[in-house]
Amino acid sequence: MIILEIILRLVLWLVLAPLLPGIINKVKAWVAGRRGPPVLQLYYDLARLWQKSVVMSTLASPGFIAGPAVAWIAVLAATQLLPLGPAGAALSFRGDVLLFVYLLALARFCTAWAALETGSAFVGMGSAREVSYAVLSEAALITAVLTLSVHTGSVTLVTMLAPAAGAGVVLLGAGLFTVLLAENCRVPFDDPNTHLELTMIHEAMILDHSGPPLAVILHGASMKLLLFALLLTEAVLPVGPLSAVAAAGALVGGVLMVTVGVGLVESWLARFAFKRVPMLLTTGFLLCLFALLVAWKGGAA
Amino acid sequence: MTPSVNLLIGLAMGLNLLALGSGRLPAVIRAVSIQGMALGLMPILMETHFDWLVTLVALFTVAVKGFVIPHLLRRATRAANVERENEPFIGFVPSLMLGAGGTIAAVALSRALPLLPEHAGSLLVPGAIASVLTGFVMLIGRAKAISQVCGYLILENGIYLFGLLLIKSTPLLVEAGILLDLTVGIFVIGIIVDRIQRAFDSLDTRKLTVLRE
Repeated sequence: MIILEIILRLVLWLVLAPLLPGIINKVKAWVAGRRGPPVLQLYYDLARLWQKSVVMSTLASPGFIAGPAVAWIAVLAATQLLPLGPAGAALSFRGDVLLFVYLLALARFCTAWAALETGSAFVGMGSAREVSYAVLSEAALITAVLTLSVHTGSVTLVTMLAPAAGAGVVLLGAGLFTVLLAENCRVPFDDPNTHLELTMIHEAMILDHSGPPLAVILHGASMKLLLFALLLTEAVLPVGPLSAVAAAGALVGGVLMVTVGVGLVESWLARFAFKRVPMLLTTGFLLCLFALLVAWKGGAA
Repeated sequence: MTPSVNLLIGLAMGLNLLALGSGRLPAVIRAVSIQGMALGLMPILMETHFDWLVTLVALFTVAVKGFVIPHLLRRATRAANVERENEPFIGFVPSLMLGAGGTIAAVALSRALPLLPEHAGSLLVPGAIASVLTGFVMLIGRAKAISQVCGYLILENGIYLFGLLLIKSTPLLVEAGILLDLTVGIFVIGIIVDRIQRAFDSLDTRKLTVLRE
């Protein structure tokens, strides 16, 4: 029974994740007055990439294939730690939030490591940019997690995400949204559509991958997007005390709202210049820090 | 009462940050106006029973701080043809850091203050001190006259927030009087900005120290 439930959760995450980039692209197309690619486009892309062969550099070690695989598994494991409203998480123990943060870091490390395998300077530049932005966005994520932890007095994701974040909820929501945009390489930080050499970050990093490894990276990225959207929704909405149906509705509605929000941000904002990105990330970090202060101070009552 | 009030003060603290970090004047004006509206609503939330005088003053505050003052500022911005702060005295990242440091200090300080027990759990005092400090940073650190006015408005919002502690004992006439002063002040500053622009071809207040024939 438990095994069946875990399999069901895994399938749910795996199948639903590629939907989000499709919705974002649909929103962008709709704002621009185009018809846009179908919502299921990423599924077609993944199927197409899966059938292709891999082009391997002669320099690359097996890490070139292992990196994306480990990263994908790490993100999938992180998704299983995140509770789905009152249904709880597949795996939950005291302190699992630390594992959650570290799994995300491991995923990033493995993607960057695999990217560096080919020895291409261009890919190296993309990895350097991705990792240097991650320093700030990770600090913001950890502060956000700390806020939730101070607010609920717990270090377990299931209890931390059950109530809303209290008085600092506006700050925390804004901060986590910034982190979501930065971690998933969305528009003010990086443009997922661009292939202009000088401004690429994430796309530059995965440029040398092809075939199934690229499909795994793309699928992992979409899972990470769903993961952050769900984390943001659960941090802002008090889903814990709701009934199962209401909670499911709230979660789906919240994730859809975040996704549409990302699409609208991408339609309205241009990519920021490189030197302004750290400032925006610092703002996100400070928003989370203020939420922490509010939780700390407000919790004293 | 406290959770919703704390929520609004949290929003105001976030807006302080946005005002400090943004270089575009329309964005700063928008942040200040939303902050003014959020703080204007607070007397209604703090009163346990409905009081028409409090509601009237609150609505008046929201109207003035949320619509009249931003409108005057936007008109001054348009007339003077300035869109963004070019080179502030204190850069955007350092001023963000100063604002964050100020907010942390405000929270720490308010824990040390001997407050009434009913105010101990609320964010009123840290929010007020943080807004005052943010206002000071903007007043000192910005070169354009309109940004300095926005700093002054944030400073005033902080003082207003502090005044809410005494809402039961201060006559609301005082609040209304401050609001009137503020509106007239912004009105006058709008005219002055126009004059500065005509006389110096710029809104940079550094140029005001230079004597001219």
